[in-house]
Amino acid sequence: MDFADKATPALQVDNLSCIRNDIELFSDLNFTLQSGQVLQIEGSNGCGKTSLLRILCGLMLPADGHVTWNGVDIHKERIQYNNNLTYIGHHNGIKSDLSCEENLQFFKAIGNTKDNINTDDILDQIGLLEKDESLAGKLSAGQRRRLALARLLMTRAPLWILDEPFTALDPKGRELIEGYFDQHCSQGGMIIFTTHHVVKLEHSQIQFLRIGHDKH
Amino acid sequence: MTNTNFHAFKTLVRRDFTLAMRNRSEWTNPLFFFFLACSLFPLGIGPEHNILERIAPGIIWVTALLAAMLSLESVFRSDFEDGSLEQLVLSPYPFTVLVYAKILVHWLVTGIPLILLSPLLGLILHMPADGMILLMLTLLLGTPVLSLIGSIGVALTVGLKRGGMLLSLLILPLYIPVLIFGAGAVDVGLGGLDPSGHFLLMGAILILAFTLAPLATAAAIRVSI
Repeated sequence: MDFADKATPALQVDNLSCIRNDIELFSDLNFTLQSGQVLQIEGSNGCGKTSLLRILCGLMLPADGHVTWNGVDIHKERIQYNNNLTYIGHHNGIKSDLSCEENLQFFKAIGNTKDNINTDDILDQIGLLEKDESLAGKLSAGQRRRLALARLLMTRAPLWILDEPFTALDPKGRELIEGYFDQHCSQGGMIIFTTHHVVKLEHSQIQFLRIGHDKH
Repeated sequence: MTNTNFHAFKTLVRRDFTLAMRNRSEWTNPLFFFFLACSLFPLGIGPEHNILERIAPGIIWVTALLAAMLSLESVFRSDFEDGSLEQLVLSPYPFTVLVYAKILVHWLVTGIPLILLSPLLGLILHMPADGMILLMLTLLLGTPVLSLIGSIGVALTVGLKRGGMLLSLLILPLYIPVLIFGAGAVDVGLGGLDPSGHFLLMGAILILAFTLAPLATAAAIRVSI
C-alpha cells in the first residue's frame, strides 16, 4: 500500500498552546507534517509531550490554536480524521481478560485496518505466536507493549501518533518497531512520537521538535 | 446505522459480553446485594403479610435501583484504566454507536438478572402473583433507563479517582421518576386500578433516555478522558 499516491495529506499545527493546572506547558507551537516525514518530540519530563500528542489526536482541547488535517480542523471532521490516525498512548489499550488473539481480532474490527489480516501472521511477526491463547494480563510488560504495537502492522492509517512506543521493549523489539517506522515512511506514511531512546532509521530522516520552557 | 457501524457495534457487544462472563464478580456482586437486601426486610419487619405486601414494590424497586448504581462503575472504568476507552473514542466509527453497545451489555448483565430474580423476592415479601407480573414489567421498562441515565453519570466521573459519591449525587435525582412510576404502577395494579398510565409514562421516559442519554454519555466521555 502506498499513501504517497493520494493527494499529499498534511497535518498542520497553528499557534498551539497548552495550559494544565494553571501552568503554561507550551505556547505558539507551529509545525507541519508531510507525507513520509517522521517527527520526534523532545523535552524533559512533564513538559507537555503527552499533552501535545493528545491534542494532536483530538483527545484534548488546546488552550489556543488549532490542528488541521488536509486543511480541515480535526474536530470538525472527526471520523474522517480518526480514519487516518493510529494512536498508541501510555496505556496499551489491550484487555487483560482477553487472549492475545482476541485482542487482535478486536483491533481488527474496531480500527481502520487492512483487509485479509491473518492474526496468526501478526502474532508471529511480533514474536507472540506461542502466546496466542494466553490472556493478555499474563504477559510481561514488554510483551503487552508488543501486542499494543501490533496495531501498527494492521492499520491502514497514514498518520501514527505514538507516546513512548519503545517503553519496556527489549533491543530486538525496538529494532522491530524501527523497521516498521522505516517501512511506513517509505510508503508515504507519517509518524509523530516521543521517546527518550536514540532512534535510528535507515531510510528516513527524523526531525526533532523540542517543547517546554526548559531548553537545556 | 450502516453495515460497518453495525459490525463495530456487534463486535463491541460481543467483546464486552465475553469480558463480563470472564469477570463475573462485577455483575454478580450487585445481584447478590439485591437479593440480600430484599430478603433482610421480612426478618427486620417481621413476617406480617399485610405490611410486607404493602411495601414490597417499594422495597424491590429501591434495592434494584441501588444494585444498578453499584454496578455502574464497571461500564467504563476498566476501559478507562487500560486505555481502551481512548482507542474507542479514536476509532473511525461514531462513538455514540459504541456507547450504545456498552450500555446494552450493561443492561444485559445487570438489568436482566434483576428482572429474573424479582419474582423470587416478591415471593419472600408475600407479593401476590399478579403483582409479580406487574413488577417484572415495570423492571423491564425501568432497568434500561437505569443503565442509560447511569451511563451519563459514570461517563462524567470516570476520570475522577473517587467519583462514587459524586456519581450517586448526580444520578439518584434522575432515577427518582423511574422509582416513583415503577413502584407506583405495581401499587396501583395491586389496588385494583388500571396501571397503564404509569406504564405509558415509564415508556416515555425510556424513549427519552434511549434517544438522548447515549449522546450525552459520548460527550461526557470526551470531556473526561
